[in-house]
Amino acid sequence: MDIEIFNGVSVQQYIWLTVILFSIGVLGVLSRRNAIIIFMSVELMLNSVNLLLVVFSKMHADSMGQVFVFFSMSVAAAEVAVGLAILVMMYRNTKSINIDVLSKIKE
Amino acid sequence: MPSNSLYLAVVALPLIGFIISALFGKKLSKQIVGIISSSVIIIPFFIILNAFIGFLNGGEMIHFYLFKWFSVGHYSVNFGIQIDQLSVLMVMLITGVGSLIHLYSISYMHDDENYSNYFSYLNLFVFFMLVLVMSDNYLGMYIGWEGVALTSYLLIGFWFKNNEYNDAAKKAFVMNRVGDLGFLVGMFFVFYYTGSLEFTKVNEALGLGAMVPQLAFIASAAMFLGATGKSAQIPLFTWLPDAMAGPTPVSALIHAATMVTAGIYLIFRSNALFSLAPDTLNIVAIIGIATALYAALVGLAQNDIKKVLAYSTVSQLGLMFLAVGVGAYTTALFHVLTHGFFKALLFLGSGSVIHAMGGNQDIREMGGLKKYMPITYATFLIGSLAISGIPPFSGFFSKDEILAMAFQQNKILWVLGVAVSMMTAFYMFRLLFLTFSGDFRGSKEEKSHLHESPLLMTVPLIILAVLSAIGGIMGLPEVFHAPHFLNNFLAPIIVQTGEAHEHLSASTEYMLMAIATVSGIISIGLAYTLYVAKKSVPGIDASYSGLAKLANKKFYIDEIYNFLFVRPAKWISDFLYRAVDKVLVDGIVELSGKASLFTGDVLRSLQTGQTSFYILAMVLSICFIIGYFLIGL
Repeated sequence: MDIEIFNGVSVQQYIWLTVILFSIGVLGVLSRRNAIIIFMSVELMLNSVNLLLVVFSKMHADSMGQVFVFFSMSVAAAEVAVGLAILVMMYRNTKSINIDVLSKIKE
Repeated sequence: MPSNSLYLAVVALPLIGFIISALFGKKLSKQIVGIISSSVIIIPFFIILNAFIGFLNGGEMIHFYLFKWFSVGHYSVNFGIQIDQLSVLMVMLITGVGSLIHLYSISYMHDDENYSNYFSYLNLFVFFMLVLVMSDNYLGMYIGWEGVALTSYLLIGFWFKNNEYNDAAKKAFVMNRVGDLGFLVGMFFVFYYTGSLEFTKVNEALGLGAMVPQLAFIASAAMFLGATGKSAQIPLFTWLPDAMAGPTPVSALIHAATMVTAGIYLIFRSNALFSLAPDTLNIVAIIGIATALYAALVGLAQNDIKKVLAYSTVSQLGLMFLAVGVGAYTTALFHVLTHGFFKALLFLGSGSVIHAMGGNQDIREMGGLKKYMPITYATFLIGSLAISGIPPFSGFFSKDEILAMAFQQNKILWVLGVAVSMMTAFYMFRLLFLTFSGDFRGSKEEKSHLHESPLLMTVPLIILAVLSAIGGIMGLPEVFHAPHFLNNFLAPIIVQTGEAHEHLSASTEYMLMAIATVSGIISIGLAYTLYVAKKSVPGIDASYSGLAKLANKKFYIDEIYNFLFVRPAKWISDFLYRAVDKVLVDGIVELSGKASLFTGDVLRSLQTGQTSFYILAMVLSICFIIGYFLIGL
């Protein structure tokens, strides 16, 4: 089924896009040690899901999905603020943003 | 009803006194604690005196339920109070002698650091003792029975810093428990066959033939075992002499006047049951006279003032059981009352002596105290005359009645009884002469602070001496043509078995009295020649030989019990400790500990602390869960 969503781009193509974006995010989280990069990767995963929500909302002609995206974006904004604050504290304490130093907490 | 709550107060006041001195005793001054503790015993005495006067005017038994305690199946146990002629006498003895001993204790225990504890225990004891004698059923009686064992334990071990005293307390408690088991078994039998535990209903059912004689024999023998534990009879008597470790007023109250007579009370209460089982009564009589003889023999060779009195108590209790055994319940209670007076008097007198001697209890180091403590001497003399059965003191009447009853039943019992009474007179006057006559044999330092005890101690002595002297009027012998007050008073409690005692002829009775009195006087004369005229003083324990050594060592009964019961029990516990506890129980417990330690070790290696590893685990887990649902569903 080939449903056009926007400017000749089909649903399937959007799904592939979000899958790719999400996978990049997962790989970024898994492979990088820099806390800021990991943070960005998390945001990427979040936004890929947001995009998927918008696509399905358009497909079903139901605006609830898009409303939901606004909520999730505002929560994400709050989360970013908290996350960055943690990062700042982490940098102040360890002079590093490499997450491996966090294994110190184990001791 | 107002009168009911008045009688409830008799039981409740000592409990309130206990709570006050236990909770606030340390904050209040010693004087206030003493006054409160004594008044919660004195007030019940006057309440019950009122009830007693009511009974004299032909009052009926007072019986009311406080609350339903619990119910099992169709049977519910009520917590009831029954005041009849028997319990009124017991309560008068407990609260009357109890108040005097409380007053005495105020002075005697004045320097003790645990003064308020002492009074709280004493009040608790009186509370449990009152529950014991005022309950209307066996179960309530059992509560009191256990409670007095507990408080006796607490008070024997009152000076708990001395380990020997603690051992004595434990011994008393454990031996009492053995007897309690007998009481419990007897109670089971009674309940199973009569369907009730209330005295009135049990007696009614027994009257209708609820138990055949064989069953009554088992039930009453089990109950008698309970009585031997509480009243220190063979085979469970060895705790009582050791119980003298407690403060002297405690010995007077618990181990002479009240608690140890609970066994007599139990049998008296159950007289309907015991009368069904003549075999048990024979056993009771034999055990009673055997205990009396044994304890009197041991008493002859003891040199500790309290030990002599302790064995004398065991011996007198034996005589009471002899009276019960020959079916003379009233006579036994008569002796309980007179013995309560004169033995409390003797114990308090010995306390006064010990007080003056600064804690020394060895009569070999006393002597000549007559000069220093005339009141103690005079009262002690009256007590000794009473216990020796010299007329007209109270002990003469009760002991003579026991001997007359024994004479009717069996001449051998009578002969042995007279022997006991002779030995009693001898060891009591040996004690009296060694303590009060001759010259002082103690150290100079002890001599310097010999003094008569303060008024608070001598007044109870004087009151008890008066009671010991005139207590006999409760039961004048019938040959005197006076009404036997106690027999008539207690008649409603005794269940008639049909066979009335034929009375001895007046001449026989006079003869028995004369023999008992003369033998007592001979003993006293013997003690006088030995210890006053010849001034001989018993040597150190090692110098004894033959029978005297046996008696001094208490016939090695403690050692025999140790060998027969304590050591096997130790072996068994040791085996159980090594085999069962160490291997089995500890093994299971340690296994669970080790298992969690092991799983912890394994799982800990997963917690690397590497954030990326956690994230990887999370991603893989999510993939796994999604995959599971996609494939599985």
